Order: sequence, then structure tokens, then C-alpha cells
Amino acid sequence: MNADLDKQLNVFETKINEDINIEPRDWMPDDYRKHLIRQISQHAHSEVIGMQPEGNWISRAPSLRSKKILLAKIQDEGGHGLYLYSAAETLGISRDEMLHQLHEGKAKYSSIFNYPTLTWADIGAIGWLVDGAAIVNQVSLQKTSYGPYARAMVRICKEESFHQRQGYEIMTKMMQGTKDQQAMAQDAMNRWWWPSLMMFGPHDSDSPNTGNAMKWKIKRQSNDILRQKFIDKTVQQAHLIGLSIPDNKLKWNEDKKSYDHGEINWDEFIRVINGDGPCNKQRMKHHIKAHQEGEWVRKAAIAYQLKRKELINQ
Amino acid sequence: MTEEIKDTQWPLWEVFIQSNPGLPYKHAGSVHGSDKEIAMQNARDTYTRRNEGTSIWIVPSNSIVASNPSDSDMFFEPSNDKIYRHPTFYVMPEGALNI
Ligand SMILES: [Fe+2]
Ligand SMILES: [Fe+2]
Repeated sequence: MNADLDKQLNVFETKINEDINIEPRDWMPDDYRKHLIRQISQHAHSEVIGMQPEGNWISRAPSLRSKKILLAKIQDEGGHGLYLYSAAETLGISRDEMLHQLHEGKAKYSSIFNYPTLTWADIGAIGWLVDGAAIVNQVSLQKTSYGPYARAMVRICKEESFHQRQGYEIMTKMMQGTKDQQAMAQDAMNRWWWPSLMMFGPHDSDSPNTGNAMKWKIKRQSNDILRQKFIDKTVQQAHLIGLSIPDNKLKWNEDKKSYDHGEINWDEFIRVINGDGPCNKQRMKHHIKAHQEGEWVRKAAIAYQLKRKELINQ
Repeated sequence: MTEEIKDTQWPLWEVFIQSNPGLPYKHAGSVHGSDKEIAMQNARDTYTRRNEGTSIWIVPSNSIVASNPSDSDMFFEPSNDKIYRHPTFYVMPEGALNI
């Protein structure tokens, strides 16, 4: 029995080492499965909860063009949630269970979505910075070791670049506008910059989950490396349109050919993750309400399907 | 018949998409649907928002029969020792054209 397990573990580890994807019916260590279920379901929840801050502006988008774009963008995010839920389901957890864990507070979602969208410029900042940070992470995850997760990431990355570009376009237009519009854009930048950096998670030296995740190639690059990539890409884009980065320690470092940055406020990160951000309660309340209000629709559709079966069988 | 219906996320379906006529169908992922019409609608909305397909197949997930990965060595072995199934196995005379 034990020899069997050793053999299976060996097959699994060989695959990981040779960059061969693990597929749903393959044997995998329990902890690998658990880690994936946690990570993929939280990723899915983030996509879905992330629809709320942006949804706040659909009815107030400044033009029909921007409204259509925002609708399409938010619909994509719903789609991303669905791709990811379906990837998680291949690991043996049901959709019902995942939603239950979210509503119970057992599963988390990205803490960035607990911040409010106060002005139209926030929609620009989210697309450009939040989706921009998500892209850096997701591009890296296209090479994650679990097949269904990797395939969902490939699909998602194809759709994300429109999200980032529409956000940057909003910021660019505002920076070309009146003094008030410019101030609004800078204000959004100031509020979203640091939370965007926090999206990559704690420093490598303080992240307890990284060890196994890297060993099993679930995660391909460390939090700090990904964060640095995002900073290095984004600073030039900000400066080009006249936005400043709200970090007076930000400085080009010629030796490492990238930017040094100031200290991230990890107390805030931990507070928001643990439920004490500006919108945590509102986000969850809204999700639960929408879920409960949809219950009769789900039941009616099943009733309809049963009734029809009955008629056919008569 | 007035039995209480349980609230669920509906049964699972696998989605296969043909990106253009003439090409094989490729697995895209899965969706939930209470019946085939709703599952089809959800498959379209979820997997073809950008002209990814011209045709969709959906199949109830529990109808899929998959080979067992732990048997796969044995299962696919026989094709390895029949190299005469490959055109490169055969020696053609020097100078033969179009073959
Ligand atoms: Fe997304
Ligand atoms: Fe996005």
C-alpha cells in the first residue's frame, strides 16, 4: 500500500519537474489539491466580487461609449469567475460549496475590492492599475502546473489587455482635461496605487504559503518579483500622462535596473483582509442578497425541466 | 409531486467549441445549466464573447467516460510497438517521386 503511494508521488513529482501539467484525474498529494482549491476559488471569488466596485458606475458612465465598454468589461469579469469556478470544480469541490465558503467568510477574495469607487477616475484607475497588477500575476500563472487552471489563465489573459487599456485611456483623457479632472485622476491614483501593490501579497520573506506553492509550480514567480515587474512597467505610463506616483521613496536604481520603492503599509493590508476595509461588509451583503434573490429562479428552472421530462415520459 | 426542490447551482455540462467550420471541436471548460437550452445559452455567453466559435457542443459532464490515467501506460502501450503504422517505417527506392 505504501509502496503504491510512493510510486504515485514519484510519478507526480516527475511530472512537476518536467513541466508536464497535472490533470484532474491524475493522482496528486492532498495538500496540492487543497492548495489549488483554496487559490482557484479565491481567485474566482475575486473576479466576481470585483464586479461590484465597477458596477457602481454603470448607470453614471459619462457617455454611451464608456457605458458600453464598462458593461463589456464587467461581463468579462463575471466570465473569468466562471472559468475559474469550473477549473476548481475539476478538483472535486462543488459550486454550491464554494459559494457557501465565501458567504461564511471561510474563503477570502482579493482585498483590493474592499475599497470604494468614489469618482469616474476610479474606473480608470481600476482598469489600469488593478487589472494591470492582475495581468502581471495571471501571465505568470499561465504556466501553473495544474492543467485546467493554466488553461483558464490563458483565456483570461487574452481578455485582460482590453481591460487595462480602457482604464489607461480613461486616465489619459482626464489628464488632458480641465484642472479639476486632472486632480480627480491624481486623487484616484493616490488612493489605488498602494492597494494595487498589496495585491501581490506579503513580501517573500513573510509569506508562509510560498514554499510548497513554488515547489509544486502552482506559483511560478514570487510575490516580490511580480510586484517589481508591475512597478517597473507602470511608472513610465504614469509619468507619460502627467500622473505622479504617491511614493516619495520611489527611485530608479541603475544597478538593479528597476525601481526602489517605499515601505508598504502591511497593517492596512492585514486589517482589510481580515474584514475591516471600507467596503467589506457591503460587498458580502450585496453578494448574499443577489444569491438569495436568485434562488427562486434556480428552483423554477429545475421545476420546469422536471415538468417537461414528465410530459415527455407520458 | 409538490416535493420540495432543492436550491442548487444546476447540473454541470462540458463545453466543446469549433472555432471555424472544418476544424475539430475543442474542450473549452464547463458551465451549469438546468436543461440543455439554458446550458447552451450559458456556454455561448461564457465561452464565445469574442468570436471564439461558430459551433458549440454541450455534454452533461457525468456522461463523459474518461480513460484512467493510472492505467495509461498499459492502455496506450500497444501503439508504441507497432511502428509499421507510421509512413517512415517503409523504405522507398531511391528516385521514387511523389510518395
Ligand atoms: Fe478578470
Ligand atoms: Fe479584468
